[in-house]
Amino acid sequence: MKKESLVVRISGLSAFFPVILVSAIFLAIFLKALPLLTIKSWWHLVFSSAWQPQKGEFGLWAFIMGTISVTAVALVLALPVSLLTSLYLAEYAPNRVRKIILPALDLLAGLPSVIYGMWGMLMVVPLVSKYLAPFFGTSSSGYCALTAGVVLAVMIMPTIINVSLEVLASVPASLKEAALALGATRFEVVRHVILKKARPGILAACVLGLGRAFGETIAVLMVVGNVPQIPRSLFSPAYPIPALLANNYGEMLSIPGYESALNLAALILLMLVIIFSLLARLYLSRLVRRSG
Amino acid sequence: MAWPTPAAQTRLKRRKWLDRAFHRLMLISAILVVGSLLLILGIILGKSLPALKISMITRTPGTGYYLGQEGGILNAIVGSLEITTGATLLAIILALPGVIFLNTYLKKKSARAEVVRLMLDILWGIPSIVYGAFGFLLMLTLHLRASLLAGMVTLALVELPVLARSVDETMRLVPSELKEATFSLGASRWQTATRVVLRQVFPGLTTAVLIALGRGLGDAASVLFTAGYTDRLTTSLLQPVATLPLAIFFQLNSPFPEVQQRAYASAAILTLMILAISLAARFLGRRLGRHRIK
Repeated sequence: MKKESLVVRISGLSAFFPVILVSAIFLAIFLKALPLLTIKSWWHLVFSSAWQPQKGEFGLWAFIMGTISVTAVALVLALPVSLLTSLYLAEYAPNRVRKIILPALDLLAGLPSVIYGMWGMLMVVPLVSKYLAPFFGTSSSGYCALTAGVVLAVMIMPTIINVSLEVLASVPASLKEAALALGATRFEVVRHVILKKARPGILAACVLGLGRAFGETIAVLMVVGNVPQIPRSLFSPAYPIPALLANNYGEMLSIPGYESALNLAALILLMLVIIFSLLARLYLSRLVRRSG
Repeated sequence: MAWPTPAAQTRLKRRKWLDRAFHRLMLISAILVVGSLLLILGIILGKSLPALKISMITRTPGTGYYLGQEGGILNAIVGSLEITTGATLLAIILALPGVIFLNTYLKKKSARAEVVRLMLDILWGIPSIVYGAFGFLLMLTLHLRASLLAGMVTLALVELPVLARSVDETMRLVPSELKEATFSLGASRWQTATRVVLRQVFPGLTTAVLIALGRGLGDAASVLFTAGYTDRLTTSLLQPVATLPLAIFFQLNSPFPEVQQRAYASAAILTLMILAISLAARFLGRRLGRHRIK
C-alpha cells in the first residue's frame, strides 16, 4: 500500500505540471519584460512604431501590425475553404472520399514549418512577384505580407477543419432530419440548421486557427521580408513578432532595454495566444454542454 | 389553380440551383485542400529528390561545405534523432503519470481535472518560439550553454501538450465498466490504471507518441536558441547539436546554388522521415488495436 501512495503522490504532482508550466512561462517572460515597462509607458511601447534599439526606441507597433496583417490574410483565405471542406466532409462526402481526405489533412498538419517555408520560397514568392503584383499594378519582391499569409493559410487549414468537423459532428441528426422532412434542400439544412447550431463552435475553430497563425515562426520568417515597418500594402514586406524573436532573441545585445523589449514582444504574443485559447475553449465547452 | 404554380416552380428551381452550386463549391474547396498537400509534396520532392546524393546522409560537413565543397548533413540527421528521441522520452515521463492520475484518481467532472485540461489546451496553443524563449531564459538562469540538454528539455515542453492531450483523449474513451469490473475483482486503482487502462490505450498511446515525435522532429523555433548548431556529431548532453529543420533553414539562406541544392536534399530527407512517422502512426495504431476490448 505504501508503494502505491508514493506513486500516486508523484503522478498527482505530474498532473499539475501543466498548471506550473503555464505560470512559469508567463512569469519568466513577464519578469524579463518588466524593467522596460517601469521606464516607459506600455501605451508608448505598444503603439509607437519607432524601432531603434541603438537610440533606446522600442516601439513595437510595426511588428504588431505585421503580425495582424499576415494573420488577417491567412484567415480570410483559409476560412471559407476550411469551412466548406469541413461541411463537405461532415455532411456530404461518401466514406471512401473521407478516407482519402482525412489522412491527407493529418499529413498536411504534420509537415514541419520549414517545409512550408521552403514551399513558399519556391512557389508562392515567384507567383506573387511575377504574376500577382504586376496584375495589381505594383511591383514586389514576393517576400511580403501576402505571401506569408498564403503560406500560413495552408498551414492553419487542418486545425480549422479538424475542430469544425468535431463541432459539426455534435449537431444532432434529428434536427437535420426534421428540416429535410419539411422539404428543405440540403443547402437549406446546412444554412438554417447546421450553421446556426454550430456557429459558436466554428467561431472557436477559427480562433484556434488564429492562435496558430499568430505564433507561426519559421515559415513566416522565410517569406515575409522582415523589414521593421508598418506594411503599406499586402505587397510590401512585414515583420511579425515571432520573426522578430527568432532573428534577435538568441543573441540579445548589450543595448540597455533591448532584452526587455524582446521579452515584451514575447509577452504580447503569449498573452494574445492565451486569450485566444481561453475564448475558444469557452465557446467549445458551452457547445458541448448544450448538445450533450 | 393548378399546383405547383409557376411562381412556386421558379422558386423551387432557384433552391435546387443554389443547392447544386453549394455542392460544387464544397467539392472545389475539398479539392483545393488535398491539392495543396499534393502541390507542396510535389514541389518539395520534385525539387529535392534529384539533389539527393548518398554522401548527404553518410558524411558530416567537410571544410568549405558551406561554400559548396564536399560533405553531407549526417550531423543534422543524427542530431535531430538524438534530440527528438530524448525530448519525446522526457515528454512521456512528464506527461504520462499525470494523465493516468487525471483519468483514474479524479472524478470525471472534477474541477481540478478541468483546470489541468484547460492548461494543457493553453500549452498546446503557445507557439514554439515562446517555448524557445522560455528555454533560453531557463538556460541563462542555470548557466547552461546552448546544448543537446537544453534543446531536449525545451523540445520536451513543446511536445508535452501534444502528447498529453491525445493520450488523455484516448483514456477518456476507456469504458468505465471495464474499470468497475477490475475494481470488483479487488484490484487497486493503480493496478487498474497500469494493467488494464494502460493496456487498453496502448495503440492510442503509440499513435500519440509518434505524433509528438513528428512534431518534435519538425520543430525549429524552439531549438533555435537552445540547441545551437554544430558541424560535428554530438556525443554529449552538454555539446551543441545540429537539427534538420535548422540545417534546411541555414542552407536555404546561402547565396551558393550548390548549398541551396543541399537544402532541398535535406528537405527531402526531413519530409520522408515525417511521412514515415505519420504512416507508422496510422498503421501501428490500427495493428496494435486488434485486441482492444471495445
